[in-house]
Amino acid sequence: MSYLLKNITLPNGTKAELAIQDGHFVAASSLTKGHKMLDMGGKQVLPGLVDLHTHLREPGFEESETVATGSLSAVRGGFTAISAMANTSPVADTAGVVEQVYRLGQAAGLCDVFPIGAVTQGLNGQTLSEIGAMADSAARVRVFSDDGKCVFDPLLMRRALEYVKKFDGVIAQHAQEPTLTQDSQMNEGEISAQLGLKGWPAVAEEAIIARDVLLAEHTKSRLHICHLTTAGGVEIIRWAKTRGIQVTAEVTPHHLLLTDDYAKNYDPIFKVNPPLRLESDVLALRAGLADGTIDIVATDHAPHSSESKDCEWAVASFGMVGLETALSIVIKTMVETGAMNYEGVAQCLSIAPARIGRYENHGQSLEVGNVANLTVVDTAAKWVVDRDLMSTRSKNTPFHGFELPGVVTHTFFNGKLVFGE
Amino acid sequence: MKTVLPAPDISRAIVRIAHEILERYDGAESITLLGIPTRGAHLATRIAAAINAIEGGEVAVGTLDTTMHRDDLRTRSPKALLPTLIPAAGVEGRHVVLVDDVLFSGRTIRAALDALGEIGRPTSVSLAVLVDRGHRELPIKADFVGKNIPTSRSEVIKVNLIEVDGTDEVTISEGGVK
Amino acid sequence: MKHLLSINDLSRDEAILILDTASELARISDGPMKKLPTLRGRTIVNLFAEDSTRTRISFEAAAKRLSADVINFAAKGSSLSKGESLKDTAQTLQAMGADAVVIRHPASGAPFRLADNQWMSGAVINAGDGTHEHPSQALLDAYTIRKHLGKGAKDLSGLRVAIVGDILHSRVARSNVLLLTKLGAHVTLVAPPTLFPFGVESWPVTISYDLDSVIPQVDAIMMLRIQQERMHEIFFPSAREYSRYYGLNRDRVNALNPKAIIMHPGPMNRGLEITADAADSARSVIIEQVSNGVSVRMAILYLLLGGAPIEGGIN
Ligand SMILES: [Zn+2]
Repeated sequence: MSYLLKNITLPNGTKAELAIQDGHFVAASSLTKGHKMLDMGGKQVLPGLVDLHTHLREPGFEESETVATGSLSAVRGGFTAISAMANTSPVADTAGVVEQVYRLGQAAGLCDVFPIGAVTQGLNGQTLSEIGAMADSAARVRVFSDDGKCVFDPLLMRRALEYVKKFDGVIAQHAQEPTLTQDSQMNEGEISAQLGLKGWPAVAEEAIIARDVLLAEHTKSRLHICHLTTAGGVEIIRWAKTRGIQVTAEVTPHHLLLTDDYAKNYDPIFKVNPPLRLESDVLALRAGLADGTIDIVATDHAPHSSESKDCEWAVASFGMVGLETALSIVIKTMVETGAMNYEGVAQCLSIAPARIGRYENHGQSLEVGNVANLTVVDTAAKWVVDRDLMSTRSKNTPFHGFELPGVVTHTFFNGKLVFGE
Repeated sequence: MKTVLPAPDISRAIVRIAHEILERYDGAESITLLGIPTRGAHLATRIAAAINAIEGGEVAVGTLDTTMHRDDLRTRSPKALLPTLIPAAGVEGRHVVLVDDVLFSGRTIRAALDALGEIGRPTSVSLAVLVDRGHRELPIKADFVGKNIPTSRSEVIKVNLIEVDGTDEVTISEGGVK
Repeated sequence: MKHLLSINDLSRDEAILILDTASELARISDGPMKKLPTLRGRTIVNLFAEDSTRTRISFEAAAKRLSADVINFAAKGSSLSKGESLKDTAQTLQAMGADAVVIRHPASGAPFRLADNQWMSGAVINAGDGTHEHPSQALLDAYTIRKHLGKGAKDLSGLRVAIVGDILHSRVARSNVLLLTKLGAHVTLVAPPTLFPFGVESWPVTISYDLDSVIPQVDAIMMLRIQQERMHEIFFPSAREYSRYYGLNRDRVNALNPKAIIMHPGPMNRGLEITADAADSARSVIIEQVSNGVSVRMAILYLLLGGAPIEGGIN
């Protein structure tokens, strides 16, 4: 199928039309007969969004999500590439598991699913997994992470950072000092003290970030910090970048919008790792994203069955789904506040994550010859989030009932229309 | 709104009730007056004072709150409790005179009888009220009545006492909902 | 007030109404009437997911004196191990027609989950949740303080109360800080710095690390139970050192001002946070706290359940 998209607005704000044929952008004049013409009425287009942090739960927890349902959720949210975190069962710590996940993504055929390999075997934090074999596998893994757990042992972290240099890989660190966060439930602050929920101090995150940027400097390796949540963490990254350290950082949509205030009714829908922080942290994260200190927005899409949220706070699982709300939250928190334009959105939700993951064919400019991965958004439209109408298999969105700006109307993956009509 | 019992009539009614009580029980010795808060308690105190003035002694007087024994608890929001003060002599073997301001459906008195039953077994129980307005819903009658005032159900009888309301007066008005 | 989940649910006037109702009930049930018919036909479930014989018995006695039907439901251990069981339990209670659930639970906020959801429609009374709150304990403590030191006043204005010990993990301390300050008392929290919650500086209280300087200045001193396992979590070096600095012993009792009262929510670790002679001294009102607890809980049950099924507040 070939397409001619009339009346679109490019990320830089200029009006244009885009022609797609054989999976690529082509000149409108070279379109063959029988193409489909879509009048977009001036809607915004973005290069297909890329998520560097997605929990797809397959293999092992298919009742919460599968690669196929996660892919559908992704394209509804405008993503054409997602990254499957390693904390499945079995853990994605061998070439076999990452190839399985990669092939499930191919079979679903809606978007690229790039597996992330575990840094340590079984996420045990003690023994390196076969990182080289995963890199050389059909899945071509470049991002390694024990996400959900911190790579706490400094020597092991050093070795991992060094080892991935062989194939230009990156270690994505879940920065959480484990002894300072034993049984922690929410941000340590006045609200945790009032609620009697065990606190999770900002320093537990910042101490690991500080240590790891210094290790990255020493080893001259690539480090990526997952889900930054504190103003202090932003400061450390800013400092590291001025020193030329190869560090990149991400923030999640929920940390750009929500604060620990939401814990006040003990509804675990707001329980997440790392926890929701303070208003001052939210503002520092937005500023960090706007000035480039934080490179990307990643969803940390974490589906959970309803039983694991329909219970006491302390018993509930950590995590929120986010693929279908991510772009809207970025528009609400960054674009509508004037902190960012759509070039910035394209940068943090597509170009930069694709570059960090070394994902070919993603995050590219919308130019003739490039693979046609593309998202169309009606930025003027608003929608009310309804957990029962989402494509993800789980309903644990904290945004149920929120009215958000920006409706994804079309997603093209490799030139195919995978969402919209 | 119309005054049906001005202050002098209230005073006269109290003195008359005091006399009638003394007559019935042949002196103040064995009598315990229990007023139902709020206004019934003040009336009991006044009747006691009238009895004391006649007899020269100290008649036993106290209060009995009926809130926890009411049968209409579940039809309205919970009320603050009012004091229950039983005189030292207790109620066993006594002639208890319950005192209230207005006798209407009789439900308050039923609750008072239940509450009294929890406390002990008086020799007898009688009832003194300042106003009997009729419309009984239970087989209860007053033994000592200040004034019978025929009313329609929708009318509102309001007993004002100096101790609570700053003035002594009983009024009747075409009420809305009681 | 449909539920009692936190002292924050109560206005100052509502708190005073509970105390006033409790004193009236104490007078009635200590004196003429042992049993009141008020809650006849209503069902109260004691849902205790954590051991606390004294609180359970206190609520049970309160409910029975008001003629309610009481069902004891011990769910110890089941809830935290299997997440869904609180919801299952709630739905069971709903099916049984419980008018109120008195819940004790190791998870902070569990009563909120019970009350906040569509799980059940009855009133929920928090009888202690994790390290969050224990509102009925605070109400009985305020009642005890008012009775001894209130000089007939409705509130606790001008009274000085010290709460000593493991503030960080204490639901009794949290509820008491909220209630006593709401009633006008001046509260001083005393503990080693490790046992204060984060941000305690913003609480409407005075903070002290030095018990001896606080002792002579207070009208009431409330000693909190210190759990032995805190020692293993490195909150203080040893039980002996804790007692030396923060235990109430004979010398400290003697340094109290002559009318001051000694309180403890129980159960006590005699010899750790309080010595036997301090607990048994003439100043101690610890036993009286227990009997006051029944009156206060009767008041809570009456005010929550004694009227029409309400959406609004206490009138
Ligand atoms: Zn993580």
